Amino acid sequence: MTFDIRWPIGLLFLAIGVLVAAAGLFGVQPAGPNIDLDWGGGMIVFGAAMVVLAVLARRSGSSSE
Amino acid sequence: MHMGAVDWSILALYLAFVLAIGVLAARRTSTGNDFFLAGRSIPAWVCGLAFISANLGAQEVIGMGASGAKYGIATAHFYWVGAIPAMVFVGVFMMPFYYGSKARSAPEYLRMRFDEKTRTLNALTFALMTIISSGVSMYAMAKLIQTLHVFDVPFERLGLPQAWIFHLAILTSAAVVLIYIYMGGLRGAIYNEVLQFFLIVAGFAPLVWLGLRQVGGWHGLQTTLGPSYTQAWAGMAHASTNRLGVDWFGLVMGLGFVLSFGYWCTDFLIVQRAMAADSMTSARRTPLIAASVKMFFPFLVILPGLIALALTAAPDRPGAHAPASAGSVATIAQHEPGVIPIKMDSSTGKPMLDAKGHPQLDYDLATPNLLLRYFPTGMLGVGLTALLASFMSGMAGNVTAFNTVWTYDIYQAHIRPQASDEHYLHVGRLATAIGIVLSVASAYLASQFNNIMDLIQLIMAFVNAPVFATFLLGMFWKRTTGHGAFVGLATGTIVAALHHGLTLPVDALVGAKGGWIAVLHSYPSEMAQNFWTAIWAWSACFVTTIAVSLATKPHPESELVGLVYSLTPKIGGDKGPWYGNPVILGVIVLTVTVILNIIFR
Repeated sequence: MTFDIRWPIGLLFLAIGVLVAAAGLFGVQPAGPNIDLDWGGGMIVFGAAMVVLAVLARRSGSSSE
Repeated sequence: MHMGAVDWSILALYLAFVLAIGVLAARRTSTGNDFFLAGRSIPAWVCGLAFISANLGAQEVIGMGASGAKYGIATAHFYWVGAIPAMVFVGVFMMPFYYGSKARSAPEYLRMRFDEKTRTLNALTFALMTIISSGVSMYAMAKLIQTLHVFDVPFERLGLPQAWIFHLAILTSAAVVLIYIYMGGLRGAIYNEVLQFFLIVAGFAPLVWLGLRQVGGWHGLQTTLGPSYTQAWAGMAHASTNRLGVDWFGLVMGLGFVLSFGYWCTDFLIVQRAMAADSMTSARRTPLIAASVKMFFPFLVILPGLIALALTAAPDRPGAHAPASAGSVATIAQHEPGVIPIKMDSSTGKPMLDAKGHPQLDYDLATPNLLLRYFPTGMLGVGLTALLASFMSGMAGNVTAFNTVWTYDIYQAHIRPQASDEHYLHVGRLATAIGIVLSVASAYLASQFNNIMDLIQLIMAFVNAPVFATFLLGMFWKRTTGHGAFVGLATGTIVAALHHGLTLPVDALVGAKGGWIAVLHSYPSEMAQNFWTAIWAWSACFVTTIAVSLATKPHPESELVGLVYSLTPKIGGDKGPWYGNPVILGVIVLTVTVILNIIFR
């Protein structure tokens, strides 16, 4: 059983991204760009990419360690 | 701005993940090799990002923002003249000896190359220094969290006095770092550093983006602040024509060569991350991967300081009151209180004034205040988590380096040489706990006696300044002897102290700032004095080491194979694609660094 750091990074960014994007959708935002929604979305994409990379690495049998 | 439920959840999630990584790493930690060296099994990209994080303490994030506000983009010299060339050098030239010698620490390399006394001198000063610097940064962080007042409301609601914010900040972060290193050792620290790296970027990148929008982009910054803040090389020909108060020679030699190479190439806190790599090629790539990311860090950590300054109406800044064309910028500067507050004297409650009678700005609050002003709830949680992450990664770097040096270079070398691996693993865990307790103690010492801490750090700087000469001669001149190295180090330290005692920055008082023997020379700035102290110490160590080496008996060449450049077989035929070759990577990194220097000249 190997341990791939991309799993925890991906999951944490997904979770934080969802929280921040939700704050952007439902919370009170200052005038100007909706930074919560934009950056929250960005964090979701990054988190998902990390998870996908980790899954691909596990399938191909190579691991990060 | 106060923390909302979302912000608290983000902070809690972060803490849960950090601890979980510690638990996962603990499953794979059963020997000393696992605990102190992460089993030498970590891939290069992970080591590279950890290499950045271990140095990216809160002092760096806050301090670089503060310097950005104070000195402008010239602060980037710490990266583009200082860190990057040194990181390329350690990856291409020095890592073969650190990694190839199988030394478990930088002091242990000195024992293999020279002798026991040189190792012990280096190990003792290093161990003390890690504790002190970890304590001082802990103090600074807790103080900052208290100053930001983000936790005031929950503490009031719980009926706790405000002073407890300070205690809780120190004790919580110390406890979390203790748990994940105690369990997972260096592996736990490195994996968390990678997580922390991404969080720090995620927290500060949007701050720069929002901030630049406010000030009208880089062009707006140039218009508002003028060339002395936005051109890194303007006026560097002479110390009196730039904000740093340093000329180009002092900058390139003092900062670029002596201090940066001394830190990035010999400080075990940094080198340990590369020693954990899974192969020689990975170990050499580690600093290069780190450098290729780190060269863009001025935009992440220095720009917030410049942005905060542009949003602050400073009385001594040209253009603050007479905005010419930057319409929107001027409106902000005039109608809102400045992002950077005026520094208050805590005993009198009055603003602190500089020599000209202008109020001084509290530059340390530049980056944190920008964060509080522009992040809504949600991003606020991410930003504060990033601050906390930077703080923990810096502390963990110190702690893992301390436990290794203590266990192998002091305990095994002098107290109990022939014990089992299990015993040393146990000692390492104990050293982790003791190291953290000592750091907390020195944080409280710093809060009580700030001067004592300044003094200890000053002495440490004297000890540190010459170290790079010792490693350089050891690795590249086979004739260097143990006596030469030891006497050279001692001489370099004494010369550093003498130089400090005989010179003084202008406007400073005789005492802890210098001149405590006599004032023979005065420097235009404290930074210039620091750089020149380093240059003198390095040169003294270099010359003395050579002289004493020539007068003493050389080590037999057979003992130096793998430790000295000329006696080590070349590492030929790096397998893999061209972009993995350390030399090619190094050339690319240096080329881009030169281009960055030219763009921001």
